[in-house]
Amino acid sequence: MLSIKNLKASIEDTEILKGLDLEVKPGEIHAIMGPNGSGKSTLASVLAGREDYEVTEGDVKFNGKDLLDLEPNERAGEGLFLAFQYPVEIPGVSNMNFLKQAINSIREYKGEDAIAAKEFLKKVKEKQDLVGLSGRLANRSVNEGFSGGEKKRNEIFQMAMLDPKLAILDETDSGLDIDALKTVADGVNQLRRKDNAFIVITHYQRLLDYIVPDVVHVLSEGKIVKSGPKELALELEEKGYDWLKEDEGVNA
Amino acid sequence: MAYTETELAEELENSKYKYGFTSKFDTDRVEKGLNEDIIRQISSKKNEPEWLLEFRLEAYRNWRKMKEPKWAHVKYEKPKFDEITYFAAPQPKKKLDSLDEVDPELKEMYDKLGISIEEQKKLAGVAMDVVVDSVSVQTTFKDKLEEKGIIFCSFSEAVQNYPDLVKKYMGKVVPPNDNFYAALNSAVFTDGSFCYIPKGVKCPMELSTYFRINEAGTGQFERTLIVAEDNSYVSYLEGCTAPMRDENQLHAAVVEIIAMDDAEVKYSTVQNWYPGDKDGKGGVYNFVTKRGLCDGRNSKISWTQVETGSAVTWKYPSCILKGDNSEGEFYSVAVTNNYQNADTGTKMIHLGKNTRSLIISKGISAGFSENSYRGLVQINKNAKNARNFSQCDSLLIGDKCGAHTFPYIETKNNSSKVEHEATTSKIGEDQIFYCQQRGMDEEQAVSLIVNGYVKEVLNKLPMEFAVEAKKLLEITLEGSVG
Repeated sequence: MLSIKNLKASIEDTEILKGLDLEVKPGEIHAIMGPNGSGKSTLASVLAGREDYEVTEGDVKFNGKDLLDLEPNERAGEGLFLAFQYPVEIPGVSNMNFLKQAINSIREYKGEDAIAAKEFLKKVKEKQDLVGLSGRLANRSVNEGFSGGEKKRNEIFQMAMLDPKLAILDETDSGLDIDALKTVADGVNQLRRKDNAFIVITHYQRLLDYIVPDVVHVLSEGKIVKSGPKELALELEEKGYDWLKEDEGVNA
Repeated sequence: MAYTETELAEELENSKYKYGFTSKFDTDRVEKGLNEDIIRQISSKKNEPEWLLEFRLEAYRNWRKMKEPKWAHVKYEKPKFDEITYFAAPQPKKKLDSLDEVDPELKEMYDKLGISIEEQKKLAGVAMDVVVDSVSVQTTFKDKLEEKGIIFCSFSEAVQNYPDLVKKYMGKVVPPNDNFYAALNSAVFTDGSFCYIPKGVKCPMELSTYFRINEAGTGQFERTLIVAEDNSYVSYLEGCTAPMRDENQLHAAVVEIIAMDDAEVKYSTVQNWYPGDKDGKGGVYNFVTKRGLCDGRNSKISWTQVETGSAVTWKYPSCILKGDNSEGEFYSVAVTNNYQNADTGTKMIHLGKNTRSLIISKGISAGFSENSYRGLVQINKNAKNARNFSQCDSLLIGDKCGAHTFPYIETKNNSSKVEHEATTSKIGEDQIFYCQQRGMDEEQAVSLIVNGYVKEVLNKLPMEFAVEAKKLLEITLEGSVG
């Protein structure tokens, strides 16, 4: 589904990603962990197409298409979703209006008709329940005046509404209390299918107690330095990241 | 039926007031420039009573002594007043046989705005199908109004048919010597609208200049007078979202509104004059004096405006809150793009006790444009417990444009309360990227964000008008990002 080869990217001439490789297949959940500044969020931004980053080398294929050639909205149209670490507020634009526009833009990209009002409302009701936001969103502006937890839940709600093929969760667990964390994880687990995939970027192992990954990757200084089964996350929690750098030092 | 030229001339000679004028077309243009003779000519062509001629002459004499104001934050070349032809009867537009003959660019714009086919035909001057002819709509419309005693006609008709009403109220709110452009308008105005709502009557429909029987072009010096008697209500719509091209560069209109005891007037306008091309060439100068007088107790005047056109706009719809407990409101969206200049805002003059005013102004600047809000809130010494709340927001798109806020507050009464809030923000790349990540392209994103920003004001417009205005904003800002 997603194939990243030797990806290098910089921001303002500072290289952040230094040759990253990653393969994600349908039905899989990949966790990416790593210390601050290792390039986790940069990876998310580059995949979603944020302009601030310059890709200097490498190749990213998404369902056979060259992802880096696509505009951000085209990537969304192809089924890529990013749950933002810091969801953005849009004053005056109601959540419902925003979502409807998003759904219809993606449908338009795919050459489909706009969603019928009835179908849209039905979907909203269904997916709101999934993230425990029932009746709390409809009349409010996008993320405006939302608590940290509500913003993150809203991201998962949007994800559920848009039903992407590949969802990247960029530190969705940061700033969440345990109940909110469970709700978010629940939402992801219910959306999990054989034909979609998730990349979960996180600092902490605790999210992975609820969203169980197939593979855990450790990102350090712009490269994936270690990959392993879900137990790797526990090991990282216990030992921190420093031992990996030493390891790498020895290997090099 | 075929006419000979002489027959046509005769026909026109005899069909008095059809367009509010008496003479035939080829002589319906006075020479360039302005002097007392020309004003006499205008007045006589329009068959006006003596008092109106005097009104014009006095205004002209005042105007001669006045200087063009320079305080507005706009840049433009001063109009050459001697080069203007001050009176030209509206030439009947060439009738087209079908919409296919309309300029494709104009047609595309109509479609984008979602203007109905019938309306498009009317705007473009296409001959109308007799069955669905808007004339029949207008007749029903007019019958309904007459039943209630509401007068809604062109200013010229009003001068002929209701001279006492016109004489009583004209110039009461905007005196002929009020300012440079108001004085000029008072001297040379050609036509406009007149609206009178009798005591206790709530006008059952929105009065749109669009439906005025005598739809003939009103020229560059337009004059509107709206009088709402005790306990009456009217919602009045001026303008049109369709683009207005005009050979006249200078437009100086005057609008006067008077609200008596417990009366309410809602005035909504969408202005979309030609703004000039992408390099700032051409375009209309729009210098307007709009003012409402809340004369009676508990009266209310509410201005809502969406300004997207004109190369230069200079416009401050204001309220004089004279009656106790009277209320003034101003809701405005002013958009400037390319090289447009706008200096717009409001004045709220509190004279009576417990008077309240509310100002919500939303400026949007894009391209190389300059957009200023200029507002005055004045609380006079008898205005006990007066209240004002002002909110002036500016939104910038790109980094070559400017937004400015000039709020003036004067209070002479200690019991009053005045609040002013102002914000300036830029459409954030973060916001655009967020929308893009959800599947929208850049223009959809900008339009969504802008519509959220102006929602408070657009909500005040009548429904269909709001829908068109929303589309108009999209079109105006098309291509302004990136």
